[in-house]
Parts: sequence; structure tokens; C-alpha cells
Amino acid sequence: MSTFAHQLRTEQLVFWRSREAAVFIFVFPPLLFLLLGSVYNDTIEGHPAADVLLAGLLGYGVANTAFAGLAIQLVIRRESGVLKRLRVTPLPRWVYLVAVLASTLLVFALQTVTIFVLGRVLFDAKLPSEWLSLALAIVLGVAGFAGIGLGAAALIRSAEGSSAVVNVVLLPMAFLSGAFGPTTDYPDVLQAIGDVLPLKYFIDIVEAVYLDDEHLWQQGGAIAAVAAWGALGVLVAWRRFSWEPRER
Amino acid sequence: MTAISVRGLRKRYGDVEAVRGIDFEVEAGEVFGLLGPNGAGKTTTVEILEGYRPRDAGVVSVLGHDPTRMERAFRERIGVVLQQSELWPQLTVREVHHVFAGYYRRPRDVDEVIELVGLHEKRDARVKSLSGGQKRRLDLGVALVGDPDLVFLDEPTTGFDPAARRNAWSMIRSLRELGKTVLLTTHYLDEAQQLADRVAVLRGGVILQLGTPAALIGATLKAEIRFRRNGEEVRIETEEPTRVLHDLTAQALADGRELEALEVRRPTLEDVYLELVEDAGE
Repeated sequence: MSTFAHQLRTEQLVFWRSREAAVFIFVFPPLLFLLLGSVYNDTIEGHPAADVLLAGLLGYGVANTAFAGLAIQLVIRRESGVLKRLRVTPLPRWVYLVAVLASTLLVFALQTVTIFVLGRVLFDAKLPSEWLSLALAIVLGVAGFAGIGLGAAALIRSAEGSSAVVNVVLLPMAFLSGAFGPTTDYPDVLQAIGDVLPLKYFIDIVEAVYLDDEHLWQQGGAIAAVAAWGALGVLVAWRRFSWEPRER
Repeated sequence: MTAISVRGLRKRYGDVEAVRGIDFEVEAGEVFGLLGPNGAGKTTTVEILEGYRPRDAGVVSVLGHDPTRMERAFRERIGVVLQQSELWPQLTVREVHHVFAGYYRRPRDVDEVIELVGLHEKRDARVKSLSGGQKRRLDLGVALVGDPDLVFLDEPTTGFDPAARRNAWSMIRSLRELGKTVLLTTHYLDEAQQLADRVAVLRGGVILQLGTPAALIGATLKAEIRFRRNGEEVRIETEEPTRVLHDLTAQALADGRELEALEVRRPTLEDVYLELVEDAGE
């Protein structure tokens, strides 16, 4: 078995074994979808409410999994000395990182399927017609938000504080980006803040591809915005990320 | 064959020079102890040899590699027990060993290693359920699973109760029987005396003494003679214990007195160490 496959298997084992993290990352977005889907059953901006909520919660899910989950997980592993210990094994650093990212993608792909199944079965949500575009959008989203997650992990100092810090960013971002419903009725200031956040652009992409059956490559501007945020995160990580505990 | 060679090693953190020019060599198959109080530079030295830290000056060779380059071939051949680390708490003892075994080209049999470090009864227990001593054994097992030639142990028994320490010591002795080279840091003298073939006493980033535990003790010829006179303890340090004792006993016999609680003591490594460390502190 290649080292990559070995590490991917390890990441999956650790993820599903860590019950609290698995619930927070995997169960929470579909749960919110169930709640919101039960409340809104009309149409939103000309689309069935369930479809719009589904698109928004895919956005919340990607930020939750690839940004919040990844950042918390990396900070905990750094502070507990796991990363430092792995540094002196033959496992190359890039193999480790790629396996962590692949594991994150796998988790979010499963979550996407779960949300579609729930939407289809419970709320009669539509299935995407542009499958490939949606799949690529999800890969883009995981990559972009994982980049931000890496940057956040580099900036967060303690394992204890990581979950609080990350959620203080995540929940307002999700709200302002329209993950829980459209933002068109929000005050201008809040809309303006939303307009600089990466999640807004990711949700725009998902809505275009899923609700309006557009192709991914018609979303150049939004793709660039998500990619730019991801690149910024990677840059911060490149300069600041440490494999050794910060607190001693 | 030389496993580790260190010449003129220096390392500075800001204004503090943690290591100030040290030299030593460790032979293959040897258990070498770095002994010193907290802040002596032990961990800095070990972490330079493990490849974690760049050095400011000096020549370092570990198994023929420059550790700062962290070559994969180098990492294949070393096993590391860090001072503090807590591996995945949700996995079982066996799973953690298996994860690490997967990183090496020629790993040892996982169950054999678990047996070696005495965790076979805890094989299927989650890491988070282990006691402190058992977690340390897990760290050691994980360090051995790649079948390394050289094992670094940074304060392997700090915080252990006496029984757990004795256990750990017998495990470390078994490493020697496996033919491993071991570099161990400790601030416990008895640990160095029990385990190490040779010891370097470190303080303030310099090596004060280097030799076998016996030679370090022998380096000071002084013996200590103690007895009680009129209820008060008399303590004589001498480099000629035979003559002094002879004079004392002859006098006592002539006076018809008993030398109460008479005791002749050779210095222990602890005495030598404290003397060294105190001298250096002055």
C-alpha cells in the first residue's frame, strides 16, 4: 500500500473515531438542513425553498468541513505533538498534507450525497443536472476553504481556543453569505460585508450550477474570488505554519 | 563505528546561548546519557541531533547524515521519544503502532513490538484510556516499530512512580540487547548510572564531565568518613581514607571509646554530579 493510501486510511479512521468532531463536522450541516427545510416550504426567489436551502447548506458544509474542521484538527494535532512526532518519521510532509486534504474532500463528498438524499426524500428537492460542474465546484470549494483553514491553523495559538475562534468566524460568515437563506433583504452594510467573503461566492457558484443549470466555467469571477481567498490562506500558512506546539 | 559525532556545537535562542560549544561521540550499540539540570541544554542538543533545529555552529553527524537535512533515509533509521507528545487518543494501541509501521520500509512486527514494551494486555485499549506510564510505553513502542538503529529518549521517565521507572529501565536495557544505539537525556542521576555506558554531564550549555559512570565517580578520589562524637556528627572528607581511618580507630581504641555510627562512604554519581554542577554555578 502506498504511503498516501495508508495515511488517507489513517485520517479517515481518526476522523470517524473522533465522535465529537465527526458530529460537529458531518452531522451538523445536514441537521440544519432538516430544521430549515421543515420551516420553509414555499418558494424563495422563484425557486423551491428546499433547493435554495440545499445550495446554501452545501456552502455552510464546505466552510464547516474544510475551513473550521480542518483548522481545529490541525491545531489540536500540532499542540498535542502529533505533527512534531510525524516530522521525524519517513512520511513526507507533502504526503501527509495531501492525505489530510483528500480525507477532507472525501468527508465533504459524503456529506453532499447525504444532503441530496435527505433533500430528495424529505423535501422533494431537485437533483443537479450539471453533475460534473457541481462535482468540480465541490472540489474547488474544499480546496479554497482548506487553504483558508490552513492559514487559520497557522494563526490560532491554542487547541483550547481553536473551536471558539473558528466558530466566531464561521457562523457570521455563513449568515452573511446566505447559507441559511437569501441575503437580499439584509441591510446594505451587511450585504457589503457578505460581498467580500469567500462563502458568498461559493454559494453563488452552487446556485448557478444547481438551481440554474449553468456550467461551472461560466462562473469565472466567483471562482477567482474563492481561489484568491484560498491562496491567501495558503500564503499565511506558508509563512506562519509550525509543525511544533506553540504553547510551552 | 561512530553513530553520533558532535564537534563544537552551538545554539542560541535570542540572547540565550543554550548550547555553548560541546563535543562528544557516541559509538554504535552504546547507551549514552546526557545528564543535567533543567535548562542545561539537553533537549536543545537532542533536538538538533533529531533534525528539528538548525545549529548555529559546529559539525554534527548522525548515522552519517547531517540531521538538519532531514533526509528520508535518515528518518528511516531513527526512533524518537519526545519529551511531550500525545498520539491520537481515539485510536487503539495496536492501531497507533500500525499507523507508524506503515511509514517505514521494513517495520518490525507490530504485535512483537507491543509485547516488547509490555502493552500486550492493552493492545485493543484506546490511547486516551492509558495511564501516563502506559502512554510513555506507547511512545517507545512507536519509536521502535520502524526498527531504527538509533533511538532518542528525551527524559523517558520524568513523572513516573518508582515501579514504572524500574519497568522503563528494563525496557531501555532491552534496547541495548537489540543492538540499538541509544541517546538518552535525564535529570535523574540514578537513571544515568543504571542505564548509560557513558555519561556527559551538561550544565549551562557546556559539558562539565564525560565518561563512564564509574570513571566519573572515580575521578574524585575523596571518600567520606562519618561517625558520632558526643552526639554530634563528625564528617571527614579525605583522599586517603585508609590512613585517616587507621588514625581515627587507633585513637579511639587507645582512649577506650567507640566510634559511634561509623561509616565510610564512597561518593555516588549524585555527589560527583552535585559537586560538578555546584562548582560550575559559582
